[in-house]
Amino acid sequence: MSKNKSTAVATDPKDAVTLKGNRMKHLRQNCPWLLMLVPAVLVVFLFNYLPIYGVLIAFQDFMPGDPILSPLTRWVGFQNFTRFFQDVQFWPLMSNTFLLCILGFIIGFPLPIIIALSLNALKSRKTAKVIQTIFTAPHFISLVVLVGMLTLFFGRYGLVNNIIAGIGGERVSYFLESGAFRPMYILSSNWQDFGWSAIIYIAALANVDPGLHEAAILDGASRFQRVIHVDLPAIMPMVSVMLIMSIGGLMGVGYEKALLMQTDGNLGVSELIATYVYKQGLTGVPDQAYATAIGLFNSIINVVLLIIANTTSKKFSETSLF
Amino acid sequence: MPAKAKAAKSPLMQSSTGDKVFYAINYAFLGLMTLIILYPIYFIIIASISDPDAVLGGEVILYPVRLTLSGFQKILERSDVWRGYLNTIIYTVLTVIISLIVTIPAGWALSRRELMGKKFFMIYFIIPMFFGGGLIPFYNVMNSLHLINTMWSIVLPSVLSVWNLFMTRTFFESSIPEGLVEAARIDGAGEVRIFFALVIPLSKAILAVMALYYAVGQWNSYFNAMIFLQDANLYPLQLVLKEILIASESTMGGSGETILEQYRLANQIKYVSVIVSSAPVIMLYPFVQKYFNQGVMIGSLKG
Repeated sequence: MSKNKSTAVATDPKDAVTLKGNRMKHLRQNCPWLLMLVPAVLVVFLFNYLPIYGVLIAFQDFMPGDPILSPLTRWVGFQNFTRFFQDVQFWPLMSNTFLLCILGFIIGFPLPIIIALSLNALKSRKTAKVIQTIFTAPHFISLVVLVGMLTLFFGRYGLVNNIIAGIGGERVSYFLESGAFRPMYILSSNWQDFGWSAIIYIAALANVDPGLHEAAILDGASRFQRVIHVDLPAIMPMVSVMLIMSIGGLMGVGYEKALLMQTDGNLGVSELIATYVYKQGLTGVPDQAYATAIGLFNSIINVVLLIIANTTSKKFSETSLF
Repeated sequence: MPAKAKAAKSPLMQSSTGDKVFYAINYAFLGLMTLIILYPIYFIIIASISDPDAVLGGEVILYPVRLTLSGFQKILERSDVWRGYLNTIIYTVLTVIISLIVTIPAGWALSRRELMGKKFFMIYFIIPMFFGGGLIPFYNVMNSLHLINTMWSIVLPSVLSVWNLFMTRTFFESSIPEGLVEAARIDGAGEVRIFFALVIPLSKAILAVMALYYAVGQWNSYFNAMIFLQDANLYPLQLVLKEILIASESTMGGSGETILEQYRLANQIKYVSVIVSSAPVIMLYPFVQKYFNQGVMIGSLKG
């Protein structure tokens, strides 16, 4: 509002005094705002932009403690990257990361939508609210505790094995079985987060015009048909935004959780690009330049995926992030 | 919202057989999901107050067997757990205070249309959402700032999430009427005064949401502590828990008998520590749920 006013005045060349007054006012107004931005700008600069600058070491023969830019810097071009592509771990890491994400996405993306539609179709708002509260609670359990719970349930003497032994089966240490890693990882992630992810759809469904439902009922639509033809289309824009975002974050799966679940037995499937970066760069004999190159490779894949998802969505529907 | 829902349904409420089947299936589905969510939590609770032998023997499935609080007694004696608890509380409180000071004013400034260089600042904050330097450069920055192995390595990197900043901005844009701000200006209030005397009192919802988001994030995180802290006296609760809970199966060696004995001793502590560490957050949650939901909805306005 006031912008319109000030530009209107500012474009009037005759009134130089007001113009000057306005500039002063503009400055006086902006000073506090700029000061308010200083802490945030500083924090982002320190913890987000300085590391982006530090990515330069991916192109260097870098020893911990070296300055990032100095006359003595030994530039090696893409050598660290080609080394990664030839690493015996390259394909296993790529497929482990990719498979874990894709499989997680196939279950984890539709489930919250189904839950939201299902909760929304309940007759009693009160029941829906209570169930929603229950569904959201596990979101607040920490990763450490979640993985701890997994070991308690699926460990050699955990509940699941006790039941198996009770009916005469063999005890299996699921944490040492590579086949069990992905199902455990994905199902526990869903257990923890489907309720949380559903909130956004539930909020969208609450804004559906009741008139649409009334019209559909008059047309003789059943409740299930209304879910499919009224509720679902209403949340489609939200669905595509969420789709773009999850595709963009596809290769950035929760490596913190994978790291907690790793054992010698399941390392063949649980080693991801990001956990490998951590091990190469911060444990054992650190090879920081190499690890940074791998990390950079991973984030470039992410950016490319995001751009592809965004452009595709823009082409086929109205929604896009940018 | 409830009134709307009622209006939509009541006048034409005559369930056909098909609808009855639909509602039955829907109830069954939600009931099953509720069980799936609740049973693991319920089991942890009953296992923590049961005799460890009964838990290990598979007797505890639906109700506690031979009630005992010995697990809780044992955890009371563990000084590392309580030190971790205290550390986590300190880190969480500091993170919340600093993050509010960093996030809320910046969110307000970004929501002002007349802000100088607004476009620049927006881009400046958007870039880190999609691209980052990665783990190793981040570690090196912390190292060159001499933050490694101090409590600030845990607090400072967590004081601003760009998502939260944009959420705050969206809140201000949609919830503080521009006319009100303009009126205060005409009354001669300066921008600082407007922020503290007008905006902040109207923004309890976003303050609550942000405080909760940052608090839960800090309470539950372990990774930064794992890479930045060497001094066990500085460990937050989650790092202590990691050692208690996730003693990896492969490291438990020995003959069958000793393994079983190790499990017997370790598991009870595990059940109890899950409860002791998660209880504050989970118990607080139903009371603050509306704020969390509000937060998600504010975030979705942008989408």
